[in-house]
Parts: sequence; structure tokens; C-alpha cells
Amino acid sequence: MSAVGASGGSPLLAVRSLTKLFGSFAACNAIDLDIQPGEIHALLGENGAGKSTLVKMLFGVLAPTSGQILWKGEPVRIPSPGAARRLGIGMVFQHFSLFEALTVAENIALSLSPGISLSKVAEEASRLSHLYGLPLDPKAHVADLSVGERQRIEIVRALLQNPELIILDEPTSVLTPQEADRLFETLAKLKAEGRSVLYISHRLEEVQRICDRATVLRHGKVTGACDPRQETPASLARMMVGSDVASVSAAGTNTKGDVLLEARHLSVPARTPFAVALKNVCLKVRGGEVLAIAGVAGNGQGELFDALSGEYPVPDAGAVSIRGKAAGNLGITARRLMGAGFVPEERHGHAAVPALPLSDNLVLARNQSDRKTFLAGGVLGVIRHAVVRIASKRISETMDVRKSGENPAAGSLSGGNLQKYIVGRELDRQPAVLIVNQPTWGVDAGAASRIRQALVDLAKAGSAVLVISQDLDEIFEVATEIAVISEGRLSDAYPAHELTREKIGLLMGGMYGKTEGEVAHAH
Amino acid sequence: MRIELEKRANPSTLYSILSPFLALGLTVIAGGIMFALIGKDPVSALYSFFIEPLLDIWSLHEIAIKAAPLILIGAGLSICYRSNNWNIGAEGQFIMGAIAGAIVPVVFHDWHSPLVLPLMLVFGMIGGALYAAIPAFLKAHMNTNEILTSLMLVYIAQLFLDWLVRGPWRSPDAYNFPVTRDFAPEAILPELIASGRANLGFAFAVLAAVGLWLMMRYTLKGFEITVLGQSERAGRFAGFSSKRMIWFSMLLSGALAGLAGISEVSGTIGKLQPIISPGYGFTAIIVAFLGRLNPLGIIAAGLFLALTYVGGEAVQLTLSVSDKVTRVFQGLLLFFVLSCDTLIQYKIRLVFSRIGQSSEGGAH
Repeated sequence: MSAVGASGGSPLLAVRSLTKLFGSFAACNAIDLDIQPGEIHALLGENGAGKSTLVKMLFGVLAPTSGQILWKGEPVRIPSPGAARRLGIGMVFQHFSLFEALTVAENIALSLSPGISLSKVAEEASRLSHLYGLPLDPKAHVADLSVGERQRIEIVRALLQNPELIILDEPTSVLTPQEADRLFETLAKLKAEGRSVLYISHRLEEVQRICDRATVLRHGKVTGACDPRQETPASLARMMVGSDVASVSAAGTNTKGDVLLEARHLSVPARTPFAVALKNVCLKVRGGEVLAIAGVAGNGQGELFDALSGEYPVPDAGAVSIRGKAAGNLGITARRLMGAGFVPEERHGHAAVPALPLSDNLVLARNQSDRKTFLAGGVLGVIRHAVVRIASKRISETMDVRKSGENPAAGSLSGGNLQKYIVGRELDRQPAVLIVNQPTWGVDAGAASRIRQALVDLAKAGSAVLVISQDLDEIFEVATEIAVISEGRLSDAYPAHELTREKIGLLMGGMYGKTEGEVAHAH
Repeated sequence: MRIELEKRANPSTLYSILSPFLALGLTVIAGGIMFALIGKDPVSALYSFFIEPLLDIWSLHEIAIKAAPLILIGAGLSICYRSNNWNIGAEGQFIMGAIAGAIVPVVFHDWHSPLVLPLMLVFGMIGGALYAAIPAFLKAHMNTNEILTSLMLVYIAQLFLDWLVRGPWRSPDAYNFPVTRDFAPEAILPELIASGRANLGFAFAVLAAVGLWLMMRYTLKGFEITVLGQSERAGRFAGFSSKRMIWFSMLLSGALAGLAGISEVSGTIGKLQPIISPGYGFTAIIVAFLGRLNPLGIIAAGLFLALTYVGGEAVQLTLSVSDKVTRVFQGLLLFFVLSCDTLIQYKIRLVFSRIGQSSEGGAH
């Protein structure tokens, strides 16, 4: 593999007016893209901009409708991922495809041609993982590994094919700041060897930090190609969104009210072998406060949400109280009637039923809290569809939900628009307590800023807001208090202005037990 | 060349209406081929199978008689299936309903009262519901698979009935034939109209189907069933309990199967005997799917499947082919319905490509 300079020379991969139509909708519209050998090339864009469609075509998952892909100057067709790998293209997907019950080596062997012995795979994998600073134990079971370690498996799996181009889809969205730093070192090594990296992200800071060039997509078209280091985050965001993104005005100056949500020594055993047990979680949220809980995925966030929402009540009534009343042993309906609202992490199949229309998804969350308005006929419980539709329309208008048609199926909305609807559905009730898990996960920048502002405004109006999030930018934007969850334990809450990313990173990395004293002293 | 299924962005409304008809067409074609292969003229065979029964009053009554249990059971099963509970044991619940309902006319045969028939119907429903309670309990509290338990309980019910009519309930006047005593006239379900044998069971079936349709269409209970069927997690978020739904849907479908059972023995057979059903409980599964799990669609599907029973008897007489022909047609129909339903969610694409022969699946 010869290392050619980052600019000039012939590109390793060139894409010429590549188009992908779904029906009459152009997911990618005449895309041009050049990737030079030995460069880290960023692909920027909001959700739905066409980034994943483009890389799926490059990796042979989707067939382009028209246009050309040139590999080292030669036109090629990439009909399957296998063909992509043979050309020298490797890919690390955002959602991992690993079997939790198998070991690292077994998972890697599954993606190779059969007939290679497991010990050889393990040997080669651990050689590569050391070479690139990706420590991995081939004998470890995937279920026991952190998300960052699982990602390393995917990267090693891609490296085993000795690719010249590696595509990484939103790799840092699941990592702690420290883990992300290690990943960047690995990428620098790959680059030094002359390999190219196509790096998909919407995190502008890291793109500026590690990428040599950037291509920006919006609505399936290239809207800009630039050197990210010459740009500001604001100018990059403008290219992505097409207009300036409204910045969230913080909740900072609220007057503190009564404690509206409290958890006292909340402990929950793990429900499944792969779940995290909650250990002695204590938290308090006052009216007017936004408590943000930071943490890397899989450290008990989902379990905490389940216990606070009452989807899985706990035996100890006093472990959770809502507006001063014990609620630990009550179900989600009872907690809603006490004035709480909930937004779970997963939109499809948890917060909403994708196949049902939006109005039905309104009934989903509010069938008892708005019983008087939405239902008629007493025990028969006849749903007043007309009334529900009007309420649904009001929510869509308030939150600026963009949709096709009056009352489309929830699954047909983009992630950002559905999330705006789901958050709006709760805000429409003016809940005294709102608990939100990953409010802007996979949501485009415009929708995210709208949702964050709505959360801040709710707190300003006197409600208690609890936000569980992995996104530190988001946390610093909305939070008045911050606590960190790690391995099912929750740290003390600190005022948001006293914390820095580094301190949160330390708390996240499981340093909680050891350094609790030190961190507390630091304040 | 390969055939690809491409997922549609939205389920196709056109195909969700068209699919049952497409399936019917394919079934008729496949049936015609089958008749040709066994050396019968396909056109006349299909004519006597599907058309002739519709042309005289007697067979129309027969169709109503056979459609009644199919619709009753199918409508109940649709609620189960919509809520993601797979009750396969309606045949057993049908038999247990018939047995429980028959307690009054068989054991208390000396009691004559207008209350006999209503009591029988109520007992029938309770019997079916209690029998469905076994898989419901096992699923809700022991986490067993209801498909297996409900199916296996069918055989127990069949053998229990067999034992009853050969043993303790055998009629003293039946010369050792394995039957119970004939039901007294007040234990017989009255006929619907004067022109033939069709009885009140058909009215029960239509009422139940319409009632369930109203429930699914307009009430929160129907919404709860839909939500829990599509996503248990979303149902839990809505405050619905999937455990309670297991009980509700199993007991409801069991009760309707039990009602179908007692209606059949009371209205059509007039006594218990070792075999009281030509597989209504299983055929009703086809009815439920052919009717798109929609109770109104199930009325139409039930009538059609009843036609396959009557048509099967007809070709058995006129062409002297085996009565298994009915089963073949029902099997073909279910097969084609399920296959055609693929078109609702997917588009079929033929891909012609030179390098496309690569068999690698790709890791993603």
C-alpha cells in the first residue's frame, strides 16, 4: 500500500453523480465525492441527508440508480458487501452485529470464510488489536464487554480484511470522551499507513479535530466540500442545516421550587443476564431544575428509566416519590395521574407504535391521564377519535412536526419529527415532572435544539425535568444539575457550571467508587 | 437471476385488500391442476366443488351450519392473534365446551325447563374458557409457549370425550354404541328459519363477530389489543398489562370456541359422540387469517371455508374422489393467503446481474 499525499494525485475512491432513487424520492442526488489515499474524510449531514444511503451504496448494500463509482480510477460495480471487501473497503456500522453469547474470536471468525481455525483467528485478532492500540481479549464473551470494546471488535473485524478504505458510521456516539480519544489515535495510525478513512459524524468538534477534508450533504445533495479546520462549528452547522441553528437559552436563573421527583436508595436487581442492576440510587429534582444524568450507554440508564417511570415498579414504595408522595410500587398509569410524564429512549416500539397513526400514539401515552377528554361511554371506553385528532394536530403544530398528510403512521415520520411529537405529547399536558431518556438520540440538529429548548422552558415554568443523556453537548446545554451514572450507581449531583467534560469523563469511566472522595474534594 | 424482496416504505393498502382474492384465485388454479392430475375434468370438478353448493337451498343451509362454528371460533381467535397470543387449541376448547354444556341434558336429563338451553350455552362458554385458561396460566405465569400447550390439550380433550361417551356417559338405550342419550327437545337449539336446518348458532356467530368488530374499531380495549400485539414494550408504556391480555384473549377465544361446541352438539348433532367436529377449531385458524384477522372479514371467510366442506362432500359424491380433497383445498388456501400477505409489506423484484451471483451475505 503506497502512501500518496492527501491532496493531488489520483483519488482512491471517486464517486461521480451517484444517485439513488426510492420511488420518486432522491435519497442521494448526483453526489460527487473524492477520497484520497491516506486521508480522513468526513461525511457530514443531518439525519436524512443521505449519508447512510451513500455509504450503503459504497459498501454494496444498496444498488445505485445511476452514476459511477471509481476505485483507483477504474469504474467498478459493487453488488454486495463481499465484493466491497474484496476491493478493499471495510465498514464499521453504527449498530453492531455481534452475538452476545459468543466470544470475541468466535464473533470475528463468523465474518471470515469458513475453514480458518479459531486459534488462528484469535492470534491474528490480538496481533492487530495491539498494533492499532485496540486492546481486546479474544476469549472474552461479548456480553461482558463495554460498548467501546464491542466497537473495537467491529474495527478489528474490518482490519482483518486489510482494507484500504475504512468507513466508520457515527463511531463516537457510544463512547466516553476518553474512549473516543483512543479511537482517534487508532485512526491516526491507519492514516499514517496510507489507508483512507471515511468518517461519518454530526459532531463538529471531532470532525474539526481529526478530519483532513469534509463533504457536507443536505437533502441528498452535496452542499459543501471544505477543510474542516478552516471552518467554525457554526459555519459547518450552517452548511448542514441550511440555516443558523437556534441556540438553546439555558435554564440557569430559575427559582428553585419544592422537590417534585425523588429517588431514595433505589436498588433494582438485574432483570436479565445482560441488564445492569441499580445500586442505591439517590436523586432529587426540584421544580425549575433540569437534572441531567450523563453516562455511557449500558450503565443502567434504561433500568433507571424503567424504575422511575413505573414500567417496572419496585417493591419499596418510598424508593421513588413524585410530588412528595410515595410511588415506588405504583405502575406507570398511577404515576402519570400524579402529574408525571415520560419519554423513553426507543421511539419505535416503546414510545410509539410505528404502524399506528399519530393520533393513536397520543392515546397510547394519555389514555388514562386524559380519560375524561379522550374516552366516552364509561366502562365501554369508546375512543373519541375526532377529539384525539384535534389534540394531535395541536401538538404537531406546537412542536412543528413535519409529516406527510394529516395523521400518518408514526413509523413514516423521520426520527427527529417523531421525537418532537413524542416530547410534545407529554409537554401538552404540562407535567409537573418530566423524565426523558436520550431526548435527541439520532435526531437532526434543528429538531434537537427545538426539543432541548422545550425541556428548558418546561423547567422554567416550574416543573422538575430529569434528562438521561449520553450527549455531553446536550447536557451542558440544558442542565442546571449534573450527575453521572456508571455501572448502575449514580454519583452525587453537581451544579452544571462546576463540572467540566474531563471531570464527567472520569466519573463516567467507572472511577466513581474509587475517586468519589477525590472528586467531591475537588469542589 | 435472483428474486429479491424489497420492503415497502408503507404497507400497501391495495394488496391488503387484494391478497385474499389473489390467494383464492391461486387456490382454484392449484386445485384445478390437482383434479387434472387425478384424471378428473378440472372445470366440472371445480364447478361441483365451488358453484353447485350455492345453487340449492339445502346446501345453503349446510353452509350456514358449517360456517357458524368457523366464524365463532375464528372471530375469537382473531382477538388472540391480534394481541400476539397464539391459541392453536380452539378444537380442544370446542370439545370441552360441548362436554360442559352437555352436562345439563345428559346428567340431569329428567329436568325439563326453558332454562335448560340458556344454561347449556353458559356452561359451554365456561367449559371452553376454563380449558383455554390452562395454556393462559402456563404462559402468563410459567412462561411456556402457548402454541405447544394449547395444541397438545386438543388431543387430551378428544380422548376425554371418547372416554366419556364410551364410559360414564354412554346411553343405556344405544345398544353399546358410543353415544350419549339424545338431548331432550328443550335442549335443542332452534332453527333459524323454516326452510332448513340452519340454527341459531349462525346468529350467535354473526352477533359475536359484529360485537368484536365494534370493540376493535371503537374502544380502548380494542386499542389495547392492537398495541400489545404490535409491541409489548409500547403496551407497557401505555400502562397495559400483557399478562392480563393473555388471560383476556385466551378466555374470550376459549369461551367462543366453547359456545361453538355446545351450539354444534345441541343444534346439529343432538347428542355427544366420539367425533363431534371435522376439525372446525383448526379450520378456524385459516378463517381468521383469510378474514385478515378482522371479525367482519371472518364472516365472509367462514362462509367460504364452509363452502369447501360442502363442496368437498359434493365432489366426493359426484366424482367419487376422497373427502381429503377438502383438507387439501383448505391447506392450499392458508398457504396462498400467507404467501400473498408478503406482498403487503414487500415488493418483489427480479434482479438480473452479471456479478450478482456472489453468495456472500455480508456482515451487517
